[in-house]
Parts: sequence; structure tokens; C-alpha cells
Amino acid sequence: MSTAQHIWTVIGVLFVLLNIAAGLIWVERRLLALWQDRLGPNRAGPLGLLIVLADTLKLFFKEDWIPPFASKAIFVVAPAIVAGTVLISFVIIPFAPNIVVADLNIGLLFFLAMSSIGVYSIVLGGWASNNKYSLLGALRGASQMIAYEVFMGLSLMGVVMLSGSFNLGAIVEAQRDLWFVVTQPVGFLVFFIAGVAETHRLPFDIPEAESELIAGFHAEYSGMKFGMFFIGEYLGITLISAMTVTLFFGGWLGPSFLPPLVWFILKTFFFIGVFILLRASLPRPRYDQLIEYGWKVLLPLVLANLMITGAVALYLKDS
Amino acid sequence: MHIYLLQAVTQNPDSSYWYLPVGLQLLFAIAFVGLMMGVTHLLGPSRKTADKLSNFESGIESVGNARQPMAVKYFLVAILFVLFDVEVIFFYPYAVNFKSLGWEGFLAVMMFVGFFLCGFIYIIKKGALKWED
Repeated sequence: MSTAQHIWTVIGVLFVLLNIAAGLIWVERRLLALWQDRLGPNRAGPLGLLIVLADTLKLFFKEDWIPPFASKAIFVVAPAIVAGTVLISFVIIPFAPNIVVADLNIGLLFFLAMSSIGVYSIVLGGWASNNKYSLLGALRGASQMIAYEVFMGLSLMGVVMLSGSFNLGAIVEAQRDLWFVVTQPVGFLVFFIAGVAETHRLPFDIPEAESELIAGFHAEYSGMKFGMFFIGEYLGITLISAMTVTLFFGGWLGPSFLPPLVWFILKTFFFIGVFILLRASLPRPRYDQLIEYGWKVLLPLVLANLMITGAVALYLKDS
Repeated sequence: MHIYLLQAVTQNPDSSYWYLPVGLQLLFAIAFVGLMMGVTHLLGPSRKTADKLSNFESGIESVGNARQPMAVKYFLVAILFVLFDVEVIFFYPYAVNFKSLGWEGFLAVMMFVGFFLCGFIYIIKKGALKWED
């Protein structure tokens, strides 16, 4: 591929992603309304679709307030980090056989590295706000996200063992006969739970817990800086859903009556729906419950999964 | 299964080739974020009032500063993360190569997991994850 082609792929992928992030505002509110027996946004435009435009414009015309008591430089950089890292993470996702921005041979490690950098935005944003609620949110967010990163990394090892590669394209190809969700059900569950904690979505939205911490780490943010946290969260959901599909549900593989790209998008939207259903149905646990659950349940589970996968795969190879 | 391993290598003989699009995506992402935050800064109004000079704490009178000592329990989780994540890193090269390493490699990793679990049981017995003492 030439450089011009690379540029067009990058622009295309970013354009689609940002539209998805904006569109999810509407999707989430409509689905929540459906599950809570309400109407949801239905005034602006057909089916309330223009709420997306209205929300975006509103954010642009709000005062971009940098508190005088905050650490200004860090306060400005923090929301940029979250949106930036999530956008870059998408380079490794194989949307269809030939549609991938960068076919890295260390794709999986790149994804884990980017999600680690994402933690900085919460810590720095909450700390720089110089607000006690924000600081508490930042501390909770930091310990929650770094703890669940350990389990996330370990839960993917089973997939790497079975496919023998960190390259996501190769991982999808390895699922041609059987999706990894069948051979790695524990890995899938732990990855998805860790994914919810990583994106600090409900029920694990402990860093922002609006009923105790106002809005947690982004309480002092306004305008499009708040919007960046918003975009980061929605793209985070999309990223975790896309990764779940790629690693455990065969990526773009599917019966041939639909093109591969359509299969990928359909599967991804199914998991985005699951994220929203979780929000609609589960209460928030306490911080210490979340941490104890992670270390005492998920970690032993994922280690056992790793060992059993290794033993069974070696046994099958020998016989 | 070995075919996939080979494929990953032959697909991109020069793996550094793919870092060009990564760099491009980085550039575009930064440009987008910078543009959004710049535009909102220019478009939004700027009204300075005395109420905005204090922290937003749901209307409760703000006491003191947020730059205070924090609970050491949060710090403990961070330290545990450093320890365990370093141990997890050792699994990555094993997971990629485990078919060629065979049972011998598997037993070695079992031993490693054993040590890993000893440390894990120690921190649980120490009560490092208990929030209330």
C-alpha cells in the first residue's frame, strides 16, 4: 500500500469511529428507555436522531472553564489522553480481511499497552482538578483499572496459546473451524468483565459514581473537554466490543450470505448492546468489593484457565 | 496451527512497515483532539463570577485543599499491580511458543505459577486486600 492509501484508510476509520461514538449517545438513551419502559429522546428529528447533533453543538457552545485552582497544563492534557489512546487502539482491529489500518505482529500487546496509557487520563484529570471528589474518583479509577488490567492480560493468554500469534488477523483466521468462545469460555468471561472495569462503565463506574462523587474524576470539566471523556468512554465500549468479537467470536468470519465487514459490525453492535443492558440492569458494587472480587475470584480463575488450556492443548497435540 | 505462525511472519516480512500507519493515526488523532478542544475554547462564552472560583462540591461549604495524604490502601493496590504485571509479562513469550516448548516448558511454567501463587497467598494472608482492618 502507498502512503496515500494509508492516509485514506486512517481518515476513513477515524471518520466512522467518531460517528459511531456520537451515534451511541442516541443508541444508549433509546435502549435504556426501552428497557426501563420509557420513551427516551424522541423530539429532535425522526426518532429523536438529531439529539446527537444537538448534544454535540451544546458541548461546543458551553464555557470551556479551566478552574483557577487546578493545575492547568495537566488539566488540559488529561482529556486529550483518553480520546487519543482509544482512537489509536483501533489501528490493530481487523474489520474485514483486507481492512486493517496496521497489521501489527504484536497487535494484542499494542492493545494492552494503549489501555494502560488510558489510565493516566483519569489519574491526571482527577488529581489536576484539585477537588476532593475528583481526587477520590481518580484514586478509585487508578486502582480499579490497573488491577483489572492484570486479569485482562492473563485472560487473553489462552487465545494466544491456541492461535500461536499476537497478530489479530492470524487470531481471526485460527477461529475458522471453531470460535474461541467455545474453547475459552472462562477467558471470554474474564476478558469481558475486565473490559467493563477498564472502560469504567456501569456497574463498575466507581470512579465517577454520580450518587457519591458528583461526577468523580471529571467533576470540574466542561465543554468539549468533558466531551473528550465522553467520546473516550463510548469509543472504549466500541473497542472492547470489537476486541471481544475479534478474539472470541470469530471477528469477520460468518456465513457467506453477508459480507465479512457486515458480520463484524453486527457482532460488535451486539456486544455494545450487552454493555448498555448491563447498565440498565445491575447495581453498582462497593469499591472494596470490586477489588476483592478481582483479586480473589478472577485471578485464580484465569490462572487455572491458563494451565488447563496448556495441558489440554499439549495432550491433544501428543495424541 | 504452525501455518498461522508462519503466516504472521510472512504476511509482513518488514514489521516496521506497519508503524507508518500507526504514526499517521496518532497524528490524526492528536489533530482531531486538538481541534475539538481549540474550537470549544474559542466558541464558548467566558463569564468570570465569584462562584466559579471555588470547588464544585454539591453546594457544601468547601473545607481545605484536595492536596492531602490519601489512604495507603490505594497505593497498596498499585504496588500489587506492579508486582503481578511483571509476572504476567513472563507468560507472554511462553504463550506464543508453548507448542514448541512442549511438556518440559509446561512443567517449568507450572513451577513459576506455583511461586506466583505463594506470593499471592502471602498477600491475602497479610490482609493487603482487606479494606477494613
